[in-house]
Parts: sequence; structure tokens; C-alpha cells
Amino acid sequence: MKRHLIDALPALLLTAVLLAIWEASCRLLHVPVYFLPPPSDVARALVDNGAILAGSALQTFWMALKALIVAALIGGGLAISVSLSRPAERAVAPLAVTLQVTPVVAIAPLVLIWFGLDHADRAVTALAAAIAFFPIFSGVLTGLKSADPDLERLFDLHAASPLQRLWRLRLPSALPFALEGLRVAAGQAVVGAVVAEFVSGSGAAQGLAWRLLEAGNRLRTAELLAALVCLALLGLSLNGATRLIERRLLRDRA
Amino acid sequence: MDYPGRASLGPLDLTVGPREIVAIVGASGAGKSTALRLLAGLEDPAAGTVIRPAEPGRTGFVFQNPTLMPWADARANVALPLELSGVSAVEARRRADDSLAATGLGDRTTARPRQLSGGMAMRVSLARALSVEPDLLLLDEPFAALDSITRRGLIEDLHRLWAARPMAMVFVTHDVEEAAYLAGRVVVLSRADGRAVADIAMPGALPRPEGWRSDPAHREAVEAVAEALARSMELAS
Repeated sequence: MKRHLIDALPALLLTAVLLAIWEASCRLLHVPVYFLPPPSDVARALVDNGAILAGSALQTFWMALKALIVAALIGGGLAISVSLSRPAERAVAPLAVTLQVTPVVAIAPLVLIWFGLDHADRAVTALAAAIAFFPIFSGVLTGLKSADPDLERLFDLHAASPLQRLWRLRLPSALPFALEGLRVAAGQAVVGAVVAEFVSGSGAAQGLAWRLLEAGNRLRTAELLAALVCLALLGLSLNGATRLIERRLLRDRA
Repeated sequence: MDYPGRASLGPLDLTVGPREIVAIVGASGAGKSTALRLLAGLEDPAAGTVIRPAEPGRTGFVFQNPTLMPWADARANVALPLELSGVSAVEARRRADDSLAATGLGDRTTARPRQLSGGMAMRVSLARALSVEPDLLLLDEPFAALDSITRRGLIEDLHRLWAARPMAMVFVTHDVEEAAYLAGRVVVLSRADGRAVADIAMPGALPRPEGWRSDPAHREAVEAVAEALARSMELAS
């Protein structure tokens, strides 16, 4: 514990210094609060709107989590089926690359038409899932092909069935890559959720992005920044959770 | 039984007797590993035939690296070939424990690969190859990465295990002394075309008696192999 504290010290110090500079500049230069409120105002906004922000954060969190689960099921499942057949992989690879190089957030209006006319939250989940899909798909596919070639030979030698090979060699080999993909995807899912909410703009979803927009429209900049802080915390906690899972599941390996 | 096989690797013609230990030496790129994979049936020859033992499951292969599954303990690693060939999990684990005990790791059955030293990991790898009670044991420069003390210990173990249970062994190495000590016969491959340029019977009994490394007969055999190896490289250049 003490060790962790010492490790975190430089980052904490830097944050404190930056906040102090920000606070001092706002006061000394008389920056208008609608333009840039000092951190103390942001802190007050955080406390004052705590309940609402927490509710919105929870909303965004659930949508991102649902998206992550959907992306993991579809991305992981597709990667596994594609890995089982070389022609399938060749057929899917160009599509996957196209999907990767397309800025997926740009499909937000389309997703809104498909899923969001009646249920804005569904559109948010769908877009977040679409964005989280690729890191998981490519992570699992890379991982499935990362098995030690000599171990593959051992499975050849003992005439392993495709199912035995998948279950006993390729899936365990893929796990570190899949978890890495999941961690990236978790961050992307939050991005997707925020963008989808921005685009839907109706407030039906009531997540953190909606709070951002609402505060921005009313020039309540402190509240806007408070929502942003919540979003950052949300990202950090998702990232931390995936790291924790990674460490747990890979503890026994080299 | 036409055991354990005749491998034709292009110009390579090699027959290994059922209780024979054969070492294959040759420069890098001479096709030693390819010869081994052909014997294992992991690759098919471009021409000619490989005649292998009747039971294909009873071949053990030891790779250059321990090649263990990092997510599984020693017992599960050793049980793998048995389970792949349909032995029940309980039975496979019991035989894995026996195999680990035979290689001196009876007390490390639940250790993960990362908790094992290089020598111990190689012993697990050896135990895995032996778990199927192989008629043919193939080893591809298995001890190259180990220090010489560990390596000598493993070679003594190989001899001991071989004496306890007859099997054919083909051992690929680039270490002439190791080849001459371990094997009853040393085959030298040419770098140019993988042809066997020498096939030399090693003197003395297997397992080796105490102090065999300094015995004149052994020294002479080492020299003979070294000369053949040097000639094989001249041919190539």
C-alpha cells in the first residue's frame, strides 16, 4: 500500500500543481466563469449536482457495459468462427479492415435511425458496441493465431481434433490478447456512448453526455466540467476493472 | 514389425532400430529438424516414404524449448498427449504423475511453468513425451539452452529411462561430444543437401559407465565424428 502511494506521488503532485496554476490564473486574470471557471467552482458543481451526475454516470456506465458485452459476444464469436477456416478468414479480413479504417462514430446518425427513433438508449448501446467490436475481434483473432507453433505441432503429433485444439490450445493462448482487446474496447465503448448521445441530442438517454450538452447550452461551464470529470472517472474505473481482470486471469502465467 | 522406420529425405536414407539411440549432427541448415519432423510424421516427404511404427500415438517429441502451456500446471502439461488420444482425465493424470516421478519431478506436479527453472521445465517436457510410453522418442536439440551441468544430468536421465524401458531414440544436436556420449550411432548430415555423409557406430555400452567421458575410446569416437562433421562442411563450401 505504501509502495503504491509512493508510485502515485509524482502524478498526484503534477495534478495538484496544474490545479493550483489553473485556480490562480482564473482569479488573477479575472477569467469570466462561463469561459473557464476555477477548479474550486468545478468541485462545488460536482458536490451540488452529485446525485444527478451519479445517476447519469450510472446510465452511461450501463450503456457502455451492455455495449461491451454485446461486442465481446459478437466480436469474440466471429473471431473464433473465422479462425476455424482459412477461406472464411480471407473473406472477412478486408471487411474487418474497412470497418477498422472507417471512423465508426460517423455511422452514429444511421444507428440512430435504425435503433434510436423510439429508444435512444438502444442507439447509444448499438453505437458503443459497434465501436468496441473491432478491438475485441482483432484481439481474439490475433490471439487465436498466436499459439506456440511447437505446441501446434504437438497437437498435430497426437492427432488432436479441431475442437480439442481450439479449447485446449488456441483459446487459452488467445486469452491475453482478448483481454488486451477488452481493455481497449472498454475505453472505446465510452467514446461510442458519448458520441451517440451527442448525436441523438434528445436527452432521452440521460447519460453524462446529455449533462455535458445541457450544461453547455446554458453556459454552466462549471457543471459541464464536472460532468467531464465524471466521464474521466468512469473511463478510469472501467480501465482499472479490465486491468484487474487481466491480472487475475493471467496471474499464473509467465 | 518394420520398426521404427526408414526416412527418405531426398537423399537421406536412415533406419533406426527398435532399441537404438541415434544422434543426428550437422551444421545449421543441414535439415536435422526436418528429418526429425519427417520421422514424427509432422511433415510429408517430397519423394520417398517414411515407415513409422504401427501405433502413431506412441511417438514422443521433445522440442528445442520446453514448449509448455503456461496456463497449465506440470501435471496437466504432461497429461495432455494422453488426453488428446482419448485416455480418461483421471487415468491421464495418474500416468502423468508417474511420468513426472520418473523424470525426478514427483514433488512438482502442481507447479506452473513459470515457477520452474529451465532444467526442470525441460524435464516436464521430457515427462510429457514419455507419458505416452513411446516406441519412438524424438528430441530436437532439447538441451541446447541449458548449462552443461544440467545438460549432463538430463543425458544421464535419458539413458536411465531408456534402459528401464526400451524405445528407439533419435536425438538431433550440434554438439559432437553430446552426440557421441548419448548415442550408439551418430549420423552426420551434409549441409549441402542433407545427405548422410557419415554413419558411425559409437563404442562402449549404454548407459555409459562412470568416467566414460575421459575414456580414450570415447575421445577417439568424438574425434571421428568431429572430423566427419568438418568434412561435411567442406563439401558444402
